[in-house]
This record gives sequence, structure tokens and C-alpha cells, in this order.
Amino acid sequence: MKILVPIKRVPDPATTIRVLPDGSGIATDNVKWVINPFDEIAIEEALRIKEKQGGEVVLITIGQSTWQEQLRTGLAMGADRAILIKNDAALDSLALARILAKVIGDENPELVLLGKQAIDDDSNQVGQMLAEMLGWPQATFASKVEFADKKVTVTREVDGGLETIAFNLPAVVTTDLRLNEPRYASLPGIMKARKKELKEIPADSLGVDLAPKLKIKTLAAPPKRQAGRKVGSVQELVQVLHTEAKVI
Amino acid sequence: MADLLRDLDFFHIDELLTSEERATRDTVRRFISREVLPHIERHFANETFPKEIVPQMAELGMFGANLKGYGCAGMNNVAYGLIMQELEAADSGLRSFASVQSSLSMYAIYANGSEEQKKRYLPEMAKGRLIGCFGLTEPDHGSDPGGMETRARKDGDGWILNGTKRWITNGSIADLAIVWARVDEGITGFLVEKGTPGFSTRDIHGKFSMRASITSELIFEDVRLPASAHLPNARGLKAPLGCLTQARYGIAWGAIGAARTCYNCALDYTKSRKQFSRPLAGYQLVQNKLVKMLTEITKMQMICLRLAHLKDEGKYRPEHVSFAKRNNVNEALKIARDARDMLGANGIVNEYPVIRHLLNLETVNTYEGTFDVHTLILGRDITGENAFE
Ligand SMILES: Cc1cc2nc3c(=O)[nH]c(=O)nc-3n(C[C@H](O)[C@H](O)[C@H](O)COP(=O)(O)OP(=O)(O)OC[C@H]3O[C@@H](n4cnc5c(N)ncnc54)[C@H](O)[C@@H]3O)c2cc1C
Repeated sequence: MKILVPIKRVPDPATTIRVLPDGSGIATDNVKWVINPFDEIAIEEALRIKEKQGGEVVLITIGQSTWQEQLRTGLAMGADRAILIKNDAALDSLALARILAKVIGDENPELVLLGKQAIDDDSNQVGQMLAEMLGWPQATFASKVEFADKKVTVTREVDGGLETIAFNLPAVVTTDLRLNEPRYASLPGIMKARKKELKEIPADSLGVDLAPKLKIKTLAAPPKRQAGRKVGSVQELVQVLHTEAKVI
Repeated sequence: MADLLRDLDFFHIDELLTSEERATRDTVRRFISREVLPHIERHFANETFPKEIVPQMAELGMFGANLKGYGCAGMNNVAYGLIMQELEAADSGLRSFASVQSSLSMYAIYANGSEEQKKRYLPEMAKGRLIGCFGLTEPDHGSDPGGMETRARKDGDGWILNGTKRWITNGSIADLAIVWARVDEGITGFLVEKGTPGFSTRDIHGKFSMRASITSELIFEDVRLPASAHLPNARGLKAPLGCLTQARYGIAWGAIGAARTCYNCALDYTKSRKQFSRPLAGYQLVQNKLVKMLTEITKMQMICLRLAHLKDEGKYRPEHVSFAKRNNVNEALKIARDARDMLGANGIVNEYPVIRHLLNLETVNTYEGTFDVHTLILGRDITGENAFE
């Protein structure tokens, strides 16, 4: 099966994020960049599917040339080749979905596996928009993906618990945290990745409307958390929750 | 506490690394953080080596990573150094294991073995299915290995080995011992498999340092070895010394890792611990210590990266390695001592990794050529006068 895995480069979750004084973005010096953790889970799942049924795992990212590094990491994990759609400006979810839809038209994968959201802006939109544009079935928040014939069965993590749905390929599946635990890129894998195909395509050569529909006006750090307070008894706690916090 | 494995990169040295080198470091760091750190204090407390992670380390390609062919990853020396740095950021004992497996045992065979020996042992060692140890030091001969008393005498086609090696990392868990011994022609090396009659090991207990690493005595009593156990290209003391140069190279990098963990820990601690009117980090004496740490770690990084490039270009000399090992381990030790001091009482408990690193670094300062022995090596190099004898 040919599987396309779109990935995004994000700051390492362990990095302390500082917002620029003018609120135009975050300070990127000394930020360590990694593959979005949900996308890493998508790569792992794609590799496992390939190991069982054969096929090809193709990575794609839309960003700057430096994002090659995250593609190489994915290749080191075991993906077969990678595509970098080069675009220096940040794009909104709709533009990203449009680009992916265009590339998918050329690549013809049977399955698109991607993270349910990126941990930087947490939009949680690209997978859904993409499925709609392609007219393909979609399963978001997957915690289990199984195949039988041309049918996929996906267990989804929804608010009330788990939901299992089945549909035909081709399809779009977005991954949740419990789907798998991604493998480490091995050192021989890192060496092999160097020789794998990584194609760069300028975004503006695709003939896709990239105009932003979303404007980021300003970024601000969340307010500093106030220190907690100890209460003497359960009675007092209930009282405070009622009169001060007004939650009960 | 924030991530103690985080980078310290004041001079943007990261930009001097290739993406493969960075990826190598990141993979090892991640492995350490998930598979080693949660268990390391227990192993140190119990005097056990975390043997269960050996298969994973092998699968990631960490053993013999800078050797070419024979199932080894074939990485350059920067990547190899970064592996050692990250391993030692967790524990010097873990890095010792990797050094002994890769730079001492595998390299000994790689550089001195026959093609047959290389084909037989190296791939198995790279896969972690065969663990090696390196027996050079003896009870009465440490800094002066040339005085060794372990002897091998010819016996028909083969050899008979007698003697005792002491302070041997991995000794009792090794499947294969590289043993250096005196023969009529001088010093040479032998491969002694575990279970060979007459070969026994005894672990050294009561260590206050390197407790998550096994250190043993190797005893050889009329051990009969076939001709195929002899390393044909090991002629003279320069053969084991050549292996030591490889291991010392990795140790110089490893010291950065241990020092970095101590620095990160001291920085976080003094920023959050308040005494008198403000956080400890707000006092000049504390800042002075932190800045000294930052400065020395940054210098260590620069020394190592330059050394790695010289090594990759085949332009390095053993004296360069002596310089790096001597300086970096000594500075790491001082940083660990300062960090321990800055943590106050918390500096002596295993809730924080600092005391463990400090204790470990006392060994690192001693083994693979003591600080003073490297001083003598460098002194001889710049003056032409030999101060050893
Ligand atoms: C945990 C651990 C693991 C080890 N693992 C291994 C291993 O795997 N394989 C192996 O072969 N060995 C191993 N060693 C041994 C180590 O390499 C030796 O301990 C080291 O070489 C020092 O030898 P020594 O202990 O006999 O000290 P000595 O040589 O007796 O030195 C004692 C002191 O005298 C100083 N000194 C020595 N000679 C001179 C001189 N000429 N002038 C001035 N000062 C001098 C030294 O600097 C040192 O301060 C290990 C040691 C430890 C502690």
C-alpha cells in the first residue's frame, strides 16, 4: 500500500517558548525543532502497515528548506522517500490542505496518515479539510487502525469513549497519542536516509491558492499561574469552590 | 525539574554539525531519556549494570558506530563522539560499557585481528550478542602497563596463558576478553572466550564510583588457547595503547555530557531555591560558579569538535587525545563538585543526579590514563623530555 504521511516541524515540546516582545511570533533562537509528535506516530503507523503488507511510505512537508532535517529523520525511521513543498511563509490550514490535495492527485496514495493536530498551533484542521477536498472517508483521533481486504477499521478516541468505524480506501486517518509508540531512528537508518530521495518543489509552482484566510494578529504568553492555596478541611474546600471559584 | 538532558549551546556549535550528526545525537538522547534515566539510580544503588538495554543499544547501531563494515554503522567521529556525550549525560558507567565494547574490544580486533577474527566477532559484537572486555591493567601495573606480568608461552600450535588482570570493566559479563600479555617477542593480545578452562572472573564490590558498571578481576590459570586466539597484528605495547587512544577520544566527549547534566541541574536548582531574600542564582558567588561551568563546558565542546575533525581527516595525534581527555574530565569533575556544593544537602542524595556523576567522574579521571599521566604525555611532547621514568 502506498501511504502518504504529511509532517510538520514544531518546537520540541520540552523547549521553553518565549513570545517575541512585539507579539509577532515566538523567539526561535535556541529552539530545538522536531517532527510534530502526532506526525511521528503517523510515520510509525505507516511503517508498521508497510512492514505487514509491503508498499511505500512517502513523507511530505510544506515549509522552508531547513525542514529537510525533519524529513531526513522520518527517512531514518524507515520511510522510503520525501517531498518538500518549499514555501517560506507560514500557511494556514486551508492552504496546507489545498497543497496536499494537489500533491495527492499526482502521487495517488491509498492512505493519508497524519497527526490529529500540530502541537504548535493545535489547529486540528488539515486532515479534515483534506478529506473533504478529496471526497475521501476520514477517521480522526485514531487509536487503532486495522485492515481487511480494501476495508479499514479505525478505533477513534472521542469524548464519550471509543468509537469504531469502517470504510473503504482511499482514506484520510489522523492519529492520536495512544496509536503506537514511535521507534527511534537508528544510526544505520540515519546513514541510509542520506541517500534516499528528497524532492523539493516550490509551492508556487503548484497552481494552488495560497492566500491566507486566517490572520494572526498577535501572540501573547499565558498569564503566570498563581500559587495555589491550602484549605483546612473538606467543608472549607466546598465552601470556597462555591463562594469564590463559583464552580459548584 | 526541566529536562536535564537539554543542550547547552552558548556558541551555536549545533550549526557546525551536519544533520546526520544532530540526528544521531537526538536519537541517543531520546533513548537515554526514555530507557535509561528512569532506572539508572536503582542500578547505581544496587551495583548492577542495566544489561537489559544492550539489545536496544545494538539495534540503534551504537556499538562500533565509527567502524566501517562488519555490521557497524560507519558513522564519522563527530557522530561517535556525540553518542558518547549523550550516554555519559545519563551515566559514566553506561558510557564505559559502550567505550569498552566499541573502542577497546571491537577496535582491538578491528585493528589487530585477522580477517577471520573480524568476520567472526565484530558483527556479533555490533549486534550486542557478544559482549567484550579489555584486560590491560593488573593489580601491580596500572599507569605502567609495560610492566605487565601476565605471560603467554607457546605450547605446540597454541598458547598457555597465566596471570591476573584487575579493574576490568564488563569483566564478568563479557563473552570475550581481549587480554594483553607478555610473550618472548614483547607484548601482544589474545582473545579468550568465556568458559575457557582455567579462566575465571571475580567482581570488585564496595565501589563508591561507577556502581552501574561491572568491574572485575580476570584470573588466568594455565589457560590453553588455540593459535586462532592470538591477535596476529598486535605487536608491542602500541597495540593496546592504540585502543586506549580510541576510548580516550570518546571519554573526552563523554565528559561534556556528565558536566552538562550537572550544570543544568545546578542552574535549575539555584534558580528555584530561595535563601535570604532571593533565589540562589541571584547571588554573585553562585553566578560565578555557573559562569565558570558554562565557560568550561563550551571550551570542552570546541576542543572535542576540532579533535573530531582532525580525527576524521586522519591528522590527529594521540597527544591531541591526551589533551582532550585530561582537560575535559578534569573540568567535568570540578563542575560536578561545584554543582554538588550548590545543591547543598540535596547535592548528596540520589534524588538529583549530581552526586552520582561526581562519584563516577572520580573514576573517569583515573582510568584510561590518569590526569597526571596525560600531563606527562603532553609534557614529553612539548619538551622532548620523558618524565615517566
Ligand atoms: C572503574 C574502573 C574501571 C576500569 N576499567 C578498566 C578496563 O576495562 N581495562 C583496564 O585495563 N583497566 C581498567 N581500569 C584500570 C585503570 O586504567 C587504572 O586504574 C589506571 O590506569 C591507573 O592505574 P592504577 O590504578 O594502578 O594507579 P597507579 O598507576 O598506581 O597511579 C596512582 C597515582 O600515581 C600517579 N602516577 C603514576 N605514575 C606516575 C608517574 N610516573 N609520575 C607521577 N605520578 C604518577 C597516578 O597519576 C595516580 O595519581 C579501570 C579502573 C577503574 C577504577
